[in-house]
Amino acid sequence: MGPIIVVVELQNDAMSPATGELLTRARQLAPARSTRVVALGFGEAARASLAASGADDAVLVLGADAYVPTRAEAALRQVMHDTSAGLVLLANTTMGMDLGAASAAAEGRPMVAYVTSLAAAEGGAFTATSQVYAGKLVAEVAVPEGSVVTVLPGSWPAEETVGSGTPVRDLAVPSESAMELVRTIEPDTGDVDITRADVLVSVGRGIQDPDNLELADELAEALGAVVSCSRPVVDAGWLPRARQVGKSGQTVKPKLYLALGISGAPEHLQGMKDSEIIVAVNSDPAAPIFEVAHYGATCDILELMPLLTERLGEAG
Amino acid sequence: MRIAVLVKDVPDLVEELELDESGRGLAVDDLSYVPSEWDDQALEEALLLKEASGAHVSAVALDTGDIDNMLYAALAKGADRAVKLVGDYDRTMPGRQRARILADYLAGAGYDLIMTGVQAVDDLDGQIAGLLGGMLGWPHASVVRDVALGADASGAVGFVQEYAGGRMAEFRSATPLVLGVQAAKKPPRYVPIARIRQVSRSATLEEVEAGAPTSESLLAIERLYRPEAQGHATMWEGDAAEVAAALMALLDEQHLRS
Ligand SMILES: Cc1cc2nc3c(=O)[nH]c(=O)nc-3n(C[C@H](O)[C@H](O)[C@H](O)COP(=O)(O)OP(=O)(O)OC[C@H]3O[C@@H](n4cnc5c(N)ncnc54)[C@H](O)[C@@H]3O)c2cc1C
Repeated sequence: MGPIIVVVELQNDAMSPATGELLTRARQLAPARSTRVVALGFGEAARASLAASGADDAVLVLGADAYVPTRAEAALRQVMHDTSAGLVLLANTTMGMDLGAASAAAEGRPMVAYVTSLAAAEGGAFTATSQVYAGKLVAEVAVPEGSVVTVLPGSWPAEETVGSGTPVRDLAVPSESAMELVRTIEPDTGDVDITRADVLVSVGRGIQDPDNLELADELAEALGAVVSCSRPVVDAGWLPRARQVGKSGQTVKPKLYLALGISGAPEHLQGMKDSEIIVAVNSDPAAPIFEVAHYGATCDILELMPLLTERLGEAG
Repeated sequence: MRIAVLVKDVPDLVEELELDESGRGLAVDDLSYVPSEWDDQALEEALLLKEASGAHVSAVALDTGDIDNMLYAALAKGADRAVKLVGDYDRTMPGRQRARILADYLAGAGYDLIMTGVQAVDDLDGQIAGLLGGMLGWPHASVVRDVALGADASGAVGFVQEYAGGRMAEFRSATPLVLGVQAAKKPPRYVPIARIRQVSRSATLEEVEAGAPTSESLLAIERLYRPEAQGHATMWEGDAAEVAAALMALLDEQHLRS
């Protein structure tokens, strides 16, 4: 079988945790399929991470210091093609969503998205489980040789890599591109830093109406907590982006995460599942949030919030 | 600027997802369907572009059954045209099959910009925007917001792409271009059902005979199941008052009361 290609992403110039997870699994799977692991990184900033990746070989795409989807895709396709890749692993991040489906379709390869486990299969090449229907169902799928797979970050632990000896080969790709970067935009830090709070009162679409946010504010005040939220609350313009927890927001690890009216979509869980204690209140007993919560209840949050605020006031 | 917005419907997650007898698929006939929420965002963003810069917006859907209402709703919201791709299709069709049919139609349909939801709850075999970008060989980007037309005289399209932690980047791209939209500038507009009914009496959906489903790169689903509770929450039974009492006890136990 052709090599297992792992697409390397950086976070603050170091390898992202999700990339570490992909490399770990690739190194475990390669011997079973008598193949090697090739790490693919973009720009000079990736050089040190590639050398220390523990992969058998690495390819560094020159002139790709700033991420441009079309150019990264051209590079990945070239590497898939040149190496007859047996499997391509990407994290299910923006980059993974850009490059995964597009290169699979362009190269005529199968694609498996939202993967949470991946193993060598009897008979076939690999087998995977994927989270579908916003985490309400799991699909077990056969992953044929040559597939492109995007993996949800945090799906399995990363092993510390040993050694710094991966040979890095430079790759030049044509620089002309239909797409060009205009500017990068740094996150808006907002009025509060939700990543520093010990207790978060986090509200989701179950809050139903912006007027109900007052209930969350009052509860947070009584608890000495900070209000955070899921993405739809931000998209509706009810709370500022700095309050958003999840894949495209902040990653938080408070002592207590109180999830109120949040369903627990994979993109939300990614940002809070390592909280010390998670309490979820959601009227749907089948909501995926209960899979990660330590304590749960199915009562109405609009009833619970004022009651709790009142109790906290009485107990004072 | 001619924009095609690709819309589809997906099972309503508010309801229980019944599985079929094989254990490999959903009992589609027992489910209720709603427009995919990110497609709704894409449609809204396209309609805002129409209002701001006079783009021509077509809503396009594969006729997988009962989709007329979704297309009439798009017209009622302000789309200029609704196109229904007809063929031997049904709701169990995987994304890859849908993408191939859409790609074959879009290749010769003369659109400048293709917008669709960044993902759908059922796109196990790849997001439609990415698949189309790859099949058509057109530039594409996912997790997109703040689309802008007339970014410069060349007719380039501007957009912002989101990354983890709230970081973003602004890009400019030549057309034709495929964008997987994450969120519109404003929440999707609402149209009353009476208005959709009214539109359905006067407007027509353009029907286009499209290609047959192919078996290209299909995945074999071996099993579909509810997550096996690895560490399901300890549930507090009772009404809000009882839950509040349980929470108070937890706060005390954990010394979390300020
Ligand atoms: C690329 C990408 C990035 C994303 N990034 C993020 C991210 O960073 N953060 C994020 O959160 N999401 C993110 N999402 C969106 C994510 O997929 C989900 O759509 C989102 O998390 C759902 O938010 P929710 O749980 O508040 O809403 P819903 O899924 O609509 O859930 C609302 C819940 O409230 C419950 N409810 C309703 N009323 C009540 C009541 N009165 N009492 C109790 N419960 C009630 C319902 O049962 C339901 O489970 C992203 C999506 C994509 C595609």
